[in-house]
Amino acid sequence: MDRELLPEGVTRCSFGKFLLWLTPWILILAWGAVSAILCLWKALNQTNMSNIFAFALWIVFDLGFIALGAGAFFTGFLTYIVGKEELKSIINAAVIIGFICYSSALGILAVDIGQPLRGWFIFWHANVHSMLVEVSFCITCYLIVLAIEFLPIILENRKLEQIRPLRIFGKNLHDIMPVFAATGVFLSFFHQGSLGGMFGVMYARPFAARGGFYIWPWTFFLFILSAIAAGPCFTILITKITEKITRKKLVPDSTVQFLARLSGFLLSAYIILKILDTVVWAKTIVPKAGLRFFDFYREGPYGLWMVVMEIIVCGIFPALILMIPRLRKDGRWLIAACILNCAGIIFNRFSFIVVTLAIPVMPFDRFWSYVPTWQEWGLALGSIAYGVLLFSLAYRYLPVFPKEKELNPA
Amino acid sequence: MLPICFEWEWDIGHFIFFGFLYLILLIVGSGLSWATFKTILQLLKKEE
Repeated sequence: MDRELLPEGVTRCSFGKFLLWLTPWILILAWGAVSAILCLWKALNQTNMSNIFAFALWIVFDLGFIALGAGAFFTGFLTYIVGKEELKSIINAAVIIGFICYSSALGILAVDIGQPLRGWFIFWHANVHSMLVEVSFCITCYLIVLAIEFLPIILENRKLEQIRPLRIFGKNLHDIMPVFAATGVFLSFFHQGSLGGMFGVMYARPFAARGGFYIWPWTFFLFILSAIAAGPCFTILITKITEKITRKKLVPDSTVQFLARLSGFLLSAYIILKILDTVVWAKTIVPKAGLRFFDFYREGPYGLWMVVMEIIVCGIFPALILMIPRLRKDGRWLIAACILNCAGIIFNRFSFIVVTLAIPVMPFDRFWSYVPTWQEWGLALGSIAYGVLLFSLAYRYLPVFPKEKELNPA
Repeated sequence: MLPICFEWEWDIGHFIFFGFLYLILLIVGSGLSWATFKTILQLLKKEE
């Protein structure tokens, strides 16, 4: 039915089978749409957010998406600026994943701000002392950059490519991609950092507050490093899942190994700095606030196991797997390391967002619990469904993996 | 926000924030314009 739209020289499943694959994701997306409409129509009373939990599940997903989407800017930087030719076989996938992550994040934010019609206020009435304003500027501009990077891939569709003006425009855009890639690197560097910086300057919340360099708390640098360590692993993970589902080899092993090794180095550096940061925080910031390290892990479900989980299970363990060639080259170990690395970064963002707000600060404070409503889950899971749908459509109709034909001879 | 807006102040904060925002928008806009004009020129050249 859609055979003429498929990329040339590659095989795809039947249209019926493809529709069957899309159906559950469309249903989840519909759940997300209903949740979004309810929140926009009846306001944020549809959620369990409150004056205590102004940041909740949606912001965890937002920051998770933004961190995991860092594979796009980092792979773009290595491909177009450093000139790593081997990454050309995965750059399209990285860009599409980045676009999905950032458009999901902005979509969730549009509902989260409560009054999307006033969304433009952050640009027009900007508070230039706010890190969130910088984040808003950067993620909006970066989504535009990602859309521009995605456009030539769309124009490479078999049917669209037959339209001469579009083909020439796509090629011309592709020629100046290093300019857009450099812009994306600049924007990503600052918004990844400022998202961390925002927590580091919360001096009234000693669980998140950190010391730092000039105006930047250490979390500024840790968020950048953790994002560029996890982003490539997320790109590998999505590629491997696609390979598993399609039963094809899509990216050469050398490319995957290069990204995994790089991710291993970055994750190791991050974990060392994270351990140092935790020790310095426990020895300086925490006593200054009149608290002890264990005071933060006494109430509710957020015990010391969270530190063990974040630093050891989802940090040191995947870093070791990615650093040891024998383990890294084993497909199962590689996937386990990628899952743990990505889970670790989400765990880190969850700690900074939810745990910071939940634990008591003052002697008369109490522990606050928060359980998301079905509308909150709907929008969050709907954004994942949107990602799966867009990536599935892109894989079916666009040359996402340029080496697919070569790696799977008929 | 533009300098004509009543909230604007000529301080370092506005200079850095909006300087970089407009610089990025200028780069992105110039890149898109360059690709568009080059495409139009190439199309016209072929037609001649």
